[in-house]
Amino acid sequence: MPNEPKQKVHQGQFVRAVSRQGATLRLTIDGEMVEAVEGDSLLAVLLLNGRAVRHLEFGGAPRAGFCLMGACQDCWIALGDGERVRACTTPAAHGMVIWTDLQKAQAHA
Amino acid sequence: MRNVVIVGGGPAGIRAASVLVGAGLKPILVNETRQAGGQGYRAPAKSLALDIKSLMGSEAGKYQRLHSLFASLQEQIDYRPGTLVWGVHDKVLHTSCDGVAGTIPYDALILATGATDRTMPLPGWTLPGVFTLGGAQVILKDQGCLIGSRIVFLGSSPLLFLAALQYHKSGASIAAVVDTTPLSAKRAALRDLAASPRTLARGVMYRAALHMAGIAVIDGATPRGIDGKTHVEGVRITDGRGRERRISCNAVAYGYGLKPETQLAELAGARFQFDPDFRLWLPEMDADGRAGDNLYLAGDGSRIGGADAAEASGALAAHALLADMGLPHPASELEPLRREVERLRRFQRGLAKAFAWPVAQAAALPDETIACRCEAVTVGEIRAALHAPLGPREVNRVKAITRCGMGRCQGRFCGPALQEIVAEACGTPIADAGRLRMQAPVKPIPLHAAAEMEP
Repeated sequence: MPNEPKQKVHQGQFVRAVSRQGATLRLTIDGEMVEAVEGDSLLAVLLLNGRAVRHLEFGGAPRAGFCLMGACQDCWIALGDGERVRACTTPAAHGMVIWTDLQKAQAHA
Repeated sequence: MRNVVIVGGGPAGIRAASVLVGAGLKPILVNETRQAGGQGYRAPAKSLALDIKSLMGSEAGKYQRLHSLFASLQEQIDYRPGTLVWGVHDKVLHTSCDGVAGTIPYDALILATGATDRTMPLPGWTLPGVFTLGGAQVILKDQGCLIGSRIVFLGSSPLLFLAALQYHKSGASIAAVVDTTPLSAKRAALRDLAASPRTLARGVMYRAALHMAGIAVIDGATPRGIDGKTHVEGVRITDGRGRERRISCNAVAYGYGLKPETQLAELAGARFQFDPDFRLWLPEMDADGRAGDNLYLAGDGSRIGGADAAEASGALAAHALLADMGLPHPASELEPLRREVERLRRFQRGLAKAFAWPVAQAAALPDETIACRCEAVTVGEIRAALHAPLGPREVNRVKAITRCGMGRCQGRFCGPALQEIVAEACGTPIADAGRLRMQAPVKPIPLHAAAEMEP
């Protein structure tokens, strides 16, 4: 993936409609640095900065969650330490390492 | 002191807690989300500059009252936010909080687990950019985000118009609101809908407001598919007059109303009965929510009724629990509550008829359509299993053969469609297709969470 964080912002799925006050957090998504605001969910961070949350185990098709409220389980992602979490109900934290592709995550573990 | 536990921090759970506190009990209130209020009355995070009054519109007062009530209860209940209940066995709840396993034994249990969107598979519905209608509202309230920069609202439910209006107020660009229900179906259901004239009027007003805003509303449409390679690029429909249309967009809010989250009720011992109006299996219970030994159900998690019915049924369940424990309870208050719940649920029954669940769409789905999002099982694979020699005619056998409904969501999102596909392919009545049985864990948990200490 090319290293162009600025352009990536414009390719986001979500649009921030309401401003959020809070500390700036820095995280990486698939190796790229992104900024978030304290209170953002991991799902919001991923979809404000891109279009995929994960890639399907069967064939690698991109997925971006569906129910957004903890019921469909479509947004599980891998963190840098190997832990897997549900993006829609997990708050973003400074220094988090997120992978949308489990194989890439394992390659970097 | 006996352990009374409520699962769910929405209107039903909060009202149940307030009745129990009023009787001198200190219930445990377990809530999967961090903020109380449920999905409809979800409170935005404090850092979000969201104008909740504008967003909630006519319901802003009720929203405020519920959150004030919850705030006044905080000291008198044992509140456990961010706690997922993934199993119920032998009067013990199995929980996971921040990945840490736990157990909560109970003597009496009130389940107020709420609802999720009812959806139907559609070609392209797994593409990034397609989200549930309820989810589109949740992400706006919870995160202040819109699901895309040009959005189609697709499906059939009163939420379709409400969500579109909330998005419009928040500055979204709405490509179209596509309602799959013909106007004739809505007219036919008017008698039941008149059970709640205020709600009916609100629905009519939402629609009028969309027209005033110049947003295209298309009635009686049939969705054909969602286009795109790596993300949503457009929606293909046949409109009410039979014309093929393609609407460009980069996001779709999709849903056919709500269905109760009944997984924990089943694990806790509730029995189920097929409801022909909703075409769903619903837990059996009495008018106050008694569903089994020391088991009470309330709110949309038992029958869809909306926030007002949820509050009233939460109070009823708590009163029933007090009565069964031999504690004093105000019998005179029960009759008006029962009437209120009955009236609002009758209205929802009208809605179920007015905003039809697309049975014909299930029958017409192309074979290559993914039915089960979790396991990527196609409609064709399900039909092939049914048509094999000695093939199954019941959903649990189909699940075993195809893995449809066996994935992460445990059939929450494909289950109702699977019933339709099986019934249609076998030519049997929908009730004969059966009901997907639930198993713990009802949501994925880390392996170590299943090996928790005994209470």
